[in-house]
Amino acid sequence: MNSTATSPVSEATQPLLALRGLEKRFSLSGDFLEQLQFKGGKLVRHQEHVHAINGVDLEIQRGEALCVVGESGCGKSTVARTVMGLITPSAGEVHYAGQRIDDLSTKQLLPYRRRMQMIFQNPYASLNPRMTIQQTLEEPIRLHHPDWTAQRIKDKVNEVMLSVGIDPDWGPRYGHEFSGGQRQRIAIARALAVDPEFIVADEPISALDVSIQAQVLNLLMEAQQRHNLTYLFITHDLAVVEHFGTRVAVMYLGRVCEVAPTATLFARPRHPYTQALMSAIPRLEDDRPQHIRLKGEVPTPVHLPSGCVFHGRCPHADTRCREEVPALIATDDGGQVACHAVEEGRI
Amino acid sequence: MTTLTTRPASRWERFRDSFLLYSFKRDLIAQLSLLVFILLVAAAVLAPWLAPMNPYDLAQIDILASELPPFWVDGSDPTYLMGTDAQGRDLLSTILYGARVSLIIGFGAVALQATLGICFGLLAGYLGGRVDAFLMRLADIQLSFSTLMVAIVVGALFKAIFGGGTFSDYAVPLLVLIIGLAEWPQYARTVRASVLAEKGKEYVDAARVMGLPSRRIMFRHILPNTLSPIFVISTVQVANAIISEAALSFLGLGMPETQPSLGSLIKSGFDYLQSGSWWITLIPGLVLVVLVLVINLLGDWLRDVLNPRLYKG
Amino acid sequence: MSLLDVNHLDVRFALRGGDVRALRDVCFSLDRGERLGIVGESGAGKSVAAFSLLNLIAKPGYIAGGSIRFDGQELTTLSDRALRKVRGHRMSMIFQDPMMTLNPVLTIGEQMVECLKAHRRISTREARGISLNKLQQVQIPSPEARLDQYPHELSGGMRQRVIIAIALLLDPDIIIADEPTTALDVTIQAEIMALLLELCEKHNVGLILITHDLGVVSQVTQRMLVMYAGRVIEQGPTREIINDPQHPYTQGLINALPQMATPGSRLNQIPGSMPSLSNLPSGCAFHPRCSFVERADGSRRQACHDQVPEFVTSGNCQAACHMVAEMIESERIPAEEQD
Repeated sequence: MNSTATSPVSEATQPLLALRGLEKRFSLSGDFLEQLQFKGGKLVRHQEHVHAINGVDLEIQRGEALCVVGESGCGKSTVARTVMGLITPSAGEVHYAGQRIDDLSTKQLLPYRRRMQMIFQNPYASLNPRMTIQQTLEEPIRLHHPDWTAQRIKDKVNEVMLSVGIDPDWGPRYGHEFSGGQRQRIAIARALAVDPEFIVADEPISALDVSIQAQVLNLLMEAQQRHNLTYLFITHDLAVVEHFGTRVAVMYLGRVCEVAPTATLFARPRHPYTQALMSAIPRLEDDRPQHIRLKGEVPTPVHLPSGCVFHGRCPHADTRCREEVPALIATDDGGQVACHAVEEGRI
Repeated sequence: MTTLTTRPASRWERFRDSFLLYSFKRDLIAQLSLLVFILLVAAAVLAPWLAPMNPYDLAQIDILASELPPFWVDGSDPTYLMGTDAQGRDLLSTILYGARVSLIIGFGAVALQATLGICFGLLAGYLGGRVDAFLMRLADIQLSFSTLMVAIVVGALFKAIFGGGTFSDYAVPLLVLIIGLAEWPQYARTVRASVLAEKGKEYVDAARVMGLPSRRIMFRHILPNTLSPIFVISTVQVANAIISEAALSFLGLGMPETQPSLGSLIKSGFDYLQSGSWWITLIPGLVLVVLVLVINLLGDWLRDVLNPRLYKG
Repeated sequence: MSLLDVNHLDVRFALRGGDVRALRDVCFSLDRGERLGIVGESGAGKSVAAFSLLNLIAKPGYIAGGSIRFDGQELTTLSDRALRKVRGHRMSMIFQDPMMTLNPVLTIGEQMVECLKAHRRISTREARGISLNKLQQVQIPSPEARLDQYPHELSGGMRQRVIIAIALLLDPDIIIADEPTTALDVTIQAEIMALLLELCEKHNVGLILITHDLGVVSQVTQRMLVMYAGRVIEQGPTREIINDPQHPYTQGLINALPQMATPGSRLNQIPGSMPSLSNLPSGCAFHPRCSFVERADGSRRQACHDQVPEFVTSGNCQAACHMVAEMIESERIPAEEQD
C-alpha cells in the first residue's frame, strides 16, 4: 500500500478519475476442466475470451460530465462497472483523486464508496423488491455514518427524497408501487444520500419514456449544479450527449476512438466511426443528409480484428490500418482521435 | 404522480389484496388441504389434552385389553374408539401422540436442512468460483447416497456403539440430524439457482457499490428475494422427511415402540396383520398418507401461485 | 374508401379487478402504399392497436367494439380460418424481437419455404427461389448461404433483415412494424429503416410503424397518430404535427427532446407520468399533466376535468383537446362577425 497522504493541493489539480491502459477480458470457456480439449491426440487447454475493453485511457476532470457513447458491445458499460469496482480489470489501473483504487479490498474501498456512486440502467431491477423506499435510502447513510442518530438519518432521507421530487410520505412503500420514472428518481436519491462528488450513470434514461427522460435528465443536471458533481455518463443516445455532456468519448469494440469537447465533436467529428454514428441519428428536421452507410456489422469482441478495430467497416482503411493499432493523438481543436487517416491528413 | 394514495398499505391490507389470498379463495383443493392439515396439526399438538389416554403412561395401559378392534367392528370396547394395539394402548391416543412425534421430526429435519442448504446455497451462488465448485460437488456426492442408506448406516452405527437404550433416549434429535444432514443439497441447489438469477440484478450491484459487506448483501438483499422457491421446496421436504422417518421407523431404525411415531406404529401392527388385527397398521397408515398428501397438495398449490421457474424437484 | 379503416375500436382486458380498457374509440385509416406512424409512450396502447388489427391480442384481451375493415372485409367478425388467410398473406407483422417470429430450430430457408407453402400451392424449389429473391431484396450478403443457416448464426441486424424478407414473402398490402429497430444500434437502425422505407416505396406496400421514437417517425412516415392512455389524441400529416403540434401532449413530447433545447439548459419536461389504464383520470386523461389546464379559465378547466374531448379539425390535423377546440372557436367567431 502506498501512503494515502496526498496533499489537497495536488488533489485539486489532478484529474478526479484516470483510467490507464484499462483492459477487461471475460472468459467464455468455463472452469479448468471445461477448457481441456482433445486436439490431434493431445490434451490441450483451450481458452476463449470476450475482449470487452482493450486499453482504455481516459481522464475525467472535476466538475465535468464526460459522456461515453458507443453501440452495444463496445465496452462502455464495462468501463463504468470497472470504475466502480464491480469488475476487476484484467490489466491497467483506475486512479481516483491520485490514488489507485482497482486493487483495494472491500474494506479499503469503503471511503471511496462514499465519494463515488452509481446510477443504473433499469429502474425496475435496481431497487430491492423486498425493501421499502425508506429502508433503501437509509441503508447507505447508516453504513457510511454509523455515528448518526436515527433522527438525523431520517432527516437526511427526507431531504434527499424532497430533492429528487419524491414525497417523503411515500417512504414506507415498496419499489413496485412506483412508475419507472419515480423509481429512477429513488435510485438517484440513493446515490445522492451519501453526498458523493462523482457519479457514474450507466444508461440512466434509456429504459424510460421520452417525457420521463426529460424529467430525469433535468434532475441529474440540477443535482450536478447543487452538489458540484462530476459525471461519467454512459449512453448510446447522441442527442442526450449533445445536451448533457461537457466532453464526449466515443468507443468502438473496447477502444476509445475519439475524445473531444461536446461542441467540437458535434461540429466536426473527426473519426470515420464518429461521423457514421452522427449521421445515423434520426432527426426531426426534414433535410436529412444521406447517412453514411457502413459496410458490414460490428465484429464480435471474441476475435478482434488486427490493427485498427474499425478497419473492416471503414471507407478510408488502408494497409497501415489493417496492421497497426492507432494511438490517441491530440487534434488542433482540443480533442484526441485514434485514426491513421486523420493523422496522415487523408480525412 | 397522483396514482398513489397518501397512506401506505398495511401488511394486512397487502395480504388481503395479494394474489396469494385471491388464488387460495378460488382453489377448493387448497382450502380443503389446509383445513385437514390444520386439524391434524392441532390434534397432534393438543394430543396431551385431546387423547383419552397417555400411551407413555404404563399405569394406564391394560394389557388385557390388547388387540381390540375399532368401534364399528364386532367385539369392540366403546372406551377404545379406534381399538387398541398389541400392548393394549388406545390406538387413537397413540396415533395422536405418534403424529406429534412425526411432525416434530419432519419440521425439525426440514429446519436443519433449510439452515444448512440456504447457507451453502447462498455462499456457493454469491461467491462463485472455487467455493461454488467445492460446495456443489459436495452436494453431488451427498445426493449420490440415498437418504435412507445414510440414515441406516448412521443409525445402525449409533445403535451398535451406544446400545439400544441410549438410542431410544436420543431417537428424536438423532433422526432430525440424520434426515436433516442427508437432504440439505435439495435446498442448496434451489437456493443457489435463484441466487445466481438475483445476483445479476442491478439492486445487488447497487448494494455492492454502496460498500455493504458481502454477508449483509447475501442475507438482507438476496435471501428475501429467494424465499418463494424456498417455501415451495419446504412443503415437499416436510412431506419427504415425515415419510423418511416412517420408513426408518418401519425398518426398526427410527422411533422405538415405547415412544411411537406413525412409522413405528405401522411397524408394530405389521406383525399382527396376519392374525386379523389390521387396524393397528391400517389406521396410522391412513393418517400418514392423508398428512403427506395434504402437505403435497398445499405445496403444489403454492408452486403454481408463486411459480418459481427455478424450482426443480 | 381506404384500404384499411379502423372505426371506434374498443379493446379491453378482462382482469380480476374488472375490465381494463386498453383502447378507446380508436379511429384511423390507411391508403394503399401509405406509411402511417403510431407514436406513444409505453402504456399508451400502440402495440395493442397493432395486435388488434390482426386479431392477435392474447387473452384476457378482447375486442369489445368497433370495426376494422380491410379491403371491404370486416375483420373483427371473421372466423379464425379466414383471418389466417389475411394474416401473413395480406398483412404481415414485424416484431421488435426477431426471435418472436423465427423458430430457433429451423433454418431460415425452411421457415421461409414453409410459410410460402402454407399460403400457396407451389413446389419447394419454387418456394426456395422466391425466398432467395426476397433475401436479395433485403440486401443480405451471400443470401444463398443464409438460407441454410439457423437464426442464432446471424447478428441482430441480419435477423431483422430476414424478418423483413419474411414479411415481404407473400407480397402483402400492409406491413405492421412494432418497434422494429428499438433493440438495434443506431447505425444498424438507420440502415434497417432506410431499407424498409425503400422496399415499401418500391412495392407500394402500406406501412404501419409503431414506435416511441419521434425521429424515426418523422423520417419514414407520411401520416402519424399520437396515442395517450389508450386513445388517439392527435392525427395528421407527420410533417405538420412535428412542426406545429396542436395537442399539449404532443407539444410536450416534442419539446422534451434534448435536441429541442440548447445544450446544457433545462429540458422542457412534462410533469408526472402516464396514468395506468385501470385508473384513468376523469375528462381528458392528460389534464393532470397539462400545463394549459392551470392557466385556463374556470369553465374550460371544468371541461378538461369532466368531459372527454372530441376531435376537432385544425388544418389537416385533428386533435382531441378542449383548448384547441376553444382556440378554433375563437378564431372562427371574429371571422364570422366580420362578414
